[in-house]
Amino acid sequence: MTTLQRQENNPIAHLTAEDIEAIGRELDAIRDEVIAVRGERDAAYIRRVIKVQRSLEIGSRAVLLFSLFPPAWLVGTAGLSVAKILENMEIGHNILHGQYDFMRDPKIHSTTWEWDMATPAEQWQHSHNQIHHKYTNVVGKDNDLGYGIMRVDENQRWHPFFLAQPLWNFINALFFEYGIAAYDLELGRNLQTKKRRSNPVFRKNLKAVGRKIGKQALKDYVIHPALSGPSFLHTMAANFTANVIRNVWSHSVIMCGHFPNGVSTFERTSIKGETRGEWYLRQMLGSANISGSKLMHIMTGNLSHQIEHHLFPDLPASRYAEVAVKVRALFEKYDLPYVTGPLPKQVASAWAKVIRLSLPNRKPTAAPDPSIPPRRPVAEPVTA
Amino acid sequence: MTSPGRPSRLGEVPVTQTLRNGAWRVVELITTPVVPSDYLDVIAPLRNPNVLRARVEAVHRETANAVTLELRPGRGWRPHQPGQYVRLGVDVDGIRLWRSYSVSSPAGQPSGRISVTVNAVRDGLVSSYLLANARRGMIVNLDLPAGDFVLPAERPAKSLFVTAGSGITPVMGILRSAVHELPDVVVVHSARTSEDVVFGADLRALAAAGRITLIERHTGADGRLKPAELAELVPDLFERETWACGPGEMLDALADHWSEAGAAERLHVERFRPTVLVAGDGGSVTFERSGARVEAPAGVSILDAGEAAGQLMPSGCRMGICFKCVLPMREGIVRDMRDGQITTAVEGDNVLIQTCVSAAAGPCHLDA
Repeated sequence: MTTLQRQENNPIAHLTAEDIEAIGRELDAIRDEVIAVRGERDAAYIRRVIKVQRSLEIGSRAVLLFSLFPPAWLVGTAGLSVAKILENMEIGHNILHGQYDFMRDPKIHSTTWEWDMATPAEQWQHSHNQIHHKYTNVVGKDNDLGYGIMRVDENQRWHPFFLAQPLWNFINALFFEYGIAAYDLELGRNLQTKKRRSNPVFRKNLKAVGRKIGKQALKDYVIHPALSGPSFLHTMAANFTANVIRNVWSHSVIMCGHFPNGVSTFERTSIKGETRGEWYLRQMLGSANISGSKLMHIMTGNLSHQIEHHLFPDLPASRYAEVAVKVRALFEKYDLPYVTGPLPKQVASAWAKVIRLSLPNRKPTAAPDPSIPPRRPVAEPVTA
Repeated sequence: MTSPGRPSRLGEVPVTQTLRNGAWRVVELITTPVVPSDYLDVIAPLRNPNVLRARVEAVHRETANAVTLELRPGRGWRPHQPGQYVRLGVDVDGIRLWRSYSVSSPAGQPSGRISVTVNAVRDGLVSSYLLANARRGMIVNLDLPAGDFVLPAERPAKSLFVTAGSGITPVMGILRSAVHELPDVVVVHSARTSEDVVFGADLRALAAAGRITLIERHTGADGRLKPAELAELVPDLFERETWACGPGEMLDALADHWSEAGAAERLHVERFRPTVLVAGDGGSVTFERSGARVEAPAGVSILDAGEAAGQLMPSGCRMGICFKCVLPMREGIVRDMRDGQITTAVEGDNVLIQTCVSAAAGPCHLDA
């Protein structure tokens, strides 16, 4: 954990190696408790959410057939936005994490599920489950930090390009699903050289994304509008609006997961030979929660419990709320910063960081020790 | 009657078909990324042609330990032959488990229903669940009928059925369908007591009507039936085409007896596979497609063991979080190295297991 050790306010300075392994064991025990009771209730829950989501989507699309009338447009657009958010967050994201694989229902399984998103499930699973969740907040390994287009760490060299990063971030929020698709494709990197452009794996993935986007666009911008007849343009606008609302919402929730003040980032070298306890600790310090009501948790796909999600990505998300009580007690026991706050506060905090880092560092770094690359805290922990 | 010489007629079929296919593709686009049947499943689970299901239409208690389910199979069902079995997929505590049950109803019922009789077995998750929870209206998953424990098209002049316990269920299906086509039938059935005889009333009625000769053996009082005793009960034993179904030891003993008499080809057996697997430490892992086989000790993941044996393995995070390494286990038993949870698969199950965190807890067969 070399990054943290060089921080001015190192949140784990007081922990011994034994403490860290003890934390790991306590978290494993929390996980075991959930595994022991996982079953009927969780299966019934996801089936119910899927049913509610599908009914809401069918209902909203039916209302939008008459979207020529403003009240129908408003109701249908609102309903469709909620349906799309549920579909992406509480259903798609969680099923694609394998949270419901235990049910052995081939219809609700991480290997078969496809979602209402520009990026195909399989590509997203690679960049999200395999890369982001394994290398959480490791600068240079976890591209979720800044999505490769933003400066997210004081120690990243500043370039005039970053002046525009608040704008990039805003555009990314509006068209988040396409941003994610480009990100999963590693589009920037893969378009750079001819060799990379013609790589067969990249070509195959590109084609899959093209097909997926084509179908999605045809559905939202041609087929459903056409079914609405005279309401064609209104339905098209409604679908566009619902997609944008869904995009901005998920972008905001996801920014709150790892960007707000108090969240730590890690050096590439710090994860060499990492133990299970150290991996857990990195997830604890590298994630942030959103506080709120039950409805808030459902609408974020329980990613409001980002800390619990990063500790136990394959446990049914609806269990995170009960797990959070124990996890938080563990944070307190070991005097670690449990970063959480209401949505507006966390979103503001994340945006403030995006804006701050678009400018060069205010304070010049102290004369660096030539033997160690200079590191400073990415952010101060909120609790001392 | 269409004559092949009329091109207009011939042209019509592809056109309507193309239209229908095109229209269907539009319907699929309306619901993308899921398929239309995912929405229809909510209201009509039996009409999905790709996922065979059945509705439980009635539940009859046979004995204290056995229950008959009358099932209405959904679209895609293919009628069974008497003596065949079906696999039922039942969600027990949220987990879909598949078990095989013989069809006990006669073939080709006008109602389209079939029935299976479930006997509670010791430690049987599914059978005890169905015994306690099967209700009218319940939806179960279903596989097409399978098995070759059936009568030949040319019915034998003399037949014998040797059954024990729930081994009577496929035979009951055969008798209900074809007893009138079988001129000379002997049924030797063993159960613990008279009350434990599944279909006791039906069997005794058939015997009373002179359709079959029924020999009941109550093992609680008389002990287990030995093959040698059969010769006394059925003098023309080896002249009869024989079907036997029951516990493995009984079938083994019968098979020995018949082959010693040089009549092995006259004996047809149906084995109920044992579904209770006991977890041990480590085991041999067989990759069925490549033919590779490796001894995997308890502390080693199947992913590592497979790679060490030169098997090409899908992999990802190697810590149980990305689900990139899952492979179907056709048969076997594994232990999750993180929490000690046991996962078992019986033949036909194809349970997907995470190879990076699963260690063998007995012999395992993977579809890879």
